[in-house]
Amino acid sequence: MIEVKNLTKMYGRARGIEDLTFSVEQGEILGFLGPNGAGKTTTMRIITGYLAATSGTVRVAGRDVFEDAMETRRRIGYLPENPPLYREMTVKSYLQFVCEIKGIPKSQRAAQVARAVEACGLGPVYGRVIQNVSRGFKQRVGLAQALLGDPDVLILDEPTVGLDPRQIIEIRQLIRSLGGKHTVILSSHILPEVSMVCGRVVIINNGRLVAIDTPEGLARRLRGSQCLAVRVRGPRDAVASEVRALAGVRSVSVDDSEPQRDAGGTHRRDGEVLLSVETELSADVREALFFKMAERGWPILEMRFVDLSLEDVFLRLTTEEKLEDSAEVAAGA
Amino acid sequence: MLKTWSIFKREVAAYFLSPMAYVMGAVFLVLSGYFFSILLFATRTATMEGTFGNMAVTFIFVAPVLTMRLLAEEKKLGTDELLLTSPVTITSIVVGKYLASVFTYLVFLAATLVYPAILRHYGSPDMGPIYSGYLGMFLFGAACLAAGTFASALTENQMVAGVVGFGILLLFWILGWVSAAVTGPVGDAISALSILNHFDDFQKGIIDLSHTVYYLSFAFTFLFLAVRTIDSRRWSA
Repeated sequence: MIEVKNLTKMYGRARGIEDLTFSVEQGEILGFLGPNGAGKTTTMRIITGYLAATSGTVRVAGRDVFEDAMETRRRIGYLPENPPLYREMTVKSYLQFVCEIKGIPKSQRAAQVARAVEACGLGPVYGRVIQNVSRGFKQRVGLAQALLGDPDVLILDEPTVGLDPRQIIEIRQLIRSLGGKHTVILSSHILPEVSMVCGRVVIINNGRLVAIDTPEGLARRLRGSQCLAVRVRGPRDAVASEVRALAGVRSVSVDDSEPQRDAGGTHRRDGEVLLSVETELSADVREALFFKMAERGWPILEMRFVDLSLEDVFLRLTTEEKLEDSAEVAAGA
Repeated sequence: MLKTWSIFKREVAAYFLSPMAYVMGAVFLVLSGYFFSILLFATRTATMEGTFGNMAVTFIFVAPVLTMRLLAEEKKLGTDELLLTSPVTITSIVVGKYLASVFTYLVFLAATLVYPAILRHYGSPDMGPIYSGYLGMFLFGAACLAAGTFASALTENQMVAGVVGFGILLLFWILGWVSAAVTGPVGDAISALSILNHFDDFQKGIIDLSHTVYYLSFAFTFLFLAVRTIDSRRWSA
């Protein structure tokens, strides 16, 4: 339904997004995950035709969004980061106006508006002036606007921002119910939201695509290995290379910063090495590691399994520098 | 076309739901009324010749304020993301908004019809120059509002849009002064560009095609530039 190919957007010399390629199937809900400034909004704006790409193409239902803008725009409902609301209008007249500029035939307007109002729970504020309604309702008016005209594709830029927890649940249910019939791209930096609502997740960082997979797949990709945190007293590089040499160990990284996962308040002292050891899921290297360290006379001070949540996956995928560092250690071994 | 109408309707409502139309209307009408009555008392002639000229100068100050909100506010509030991602052409958006400002201006002008009504009640004015004067006011105002619309497309800051719009109109106004000092074909060319020089014939009762064409092409040029400006924003930010 949506094909994004080699999409690049430069802001002057600064890079917005670089060489993004992914596609979204009909009826799929795709999550767009990334830290602030990663390029989520830029990508969405290009898909909707608000921005033009520096290079690359976006096709919606087989049509280029730039060449065939009027036709593709008819098929896209878009909720920008800030809901595009005219504050002096009532909710009713605003939705009416959106129907008009979307070119919805007069005969269908009443039904379309009624459906959007119902879906977004706008009944209580329908006759009120937009600037007087709460932030949560403003967000929902923005969402209702995107739903008008029953577009094939919905692009929702952080749709649950500013809502209270109950409204968030309602909106998530609404979005989930939209899948199947509509193709949805939804951006968020709330991870549980993405894993609950989306069938697949795109993680982007610094304008580049880092990973694309199902939420489970992403978690499995890194859980496919187990992670062991080990604290050893001994020479830094030698310890790392010895552990690296053990059977079943995939990679070893030395955490030179103050240990972050240490809830007990212990800090790394001189001569202590904190290792993050990734192993095969099937291999239990703990005993081998104990005997190896004992053999070399380096006492193990601490050893435990670390669980990778989607948050960890996200952090690991979006903090490349750290990963490159650990790759160097591994390569040096 | 239908969508231009929708944009137009929304924009007219925005003018009259906010203090903008009333404040600017009041300013314009108070000054026009002042010029009309002063000139009437001074000359005791049933004519609007001087009044039209002063109304036109007044409108050079009013027009940028009337239009500064049009496109700048859309950008500021992010509502341009709705318009520019809807199946509406940029031309429809700009023209719809521009026509709303022209409509608002026509409402102001309609209120000034009370002046010729007064003249007719107490005297027997030559109606020809009054009709042509109103045609001139309409064309002149439409040109000013187009320049203001263009200024509003340049920025998201209404204040900047207002100042730039006024700057453009001021430039085209003072071209007329410069032309007095420069003689020959250069002077003629500069004089031909001046926005107020073209107005004089209208209030004398002359409807000259060249003046009409000047105002229409002035408006067209600035609306075209406004559309191009909005379009080019897709490439920058």
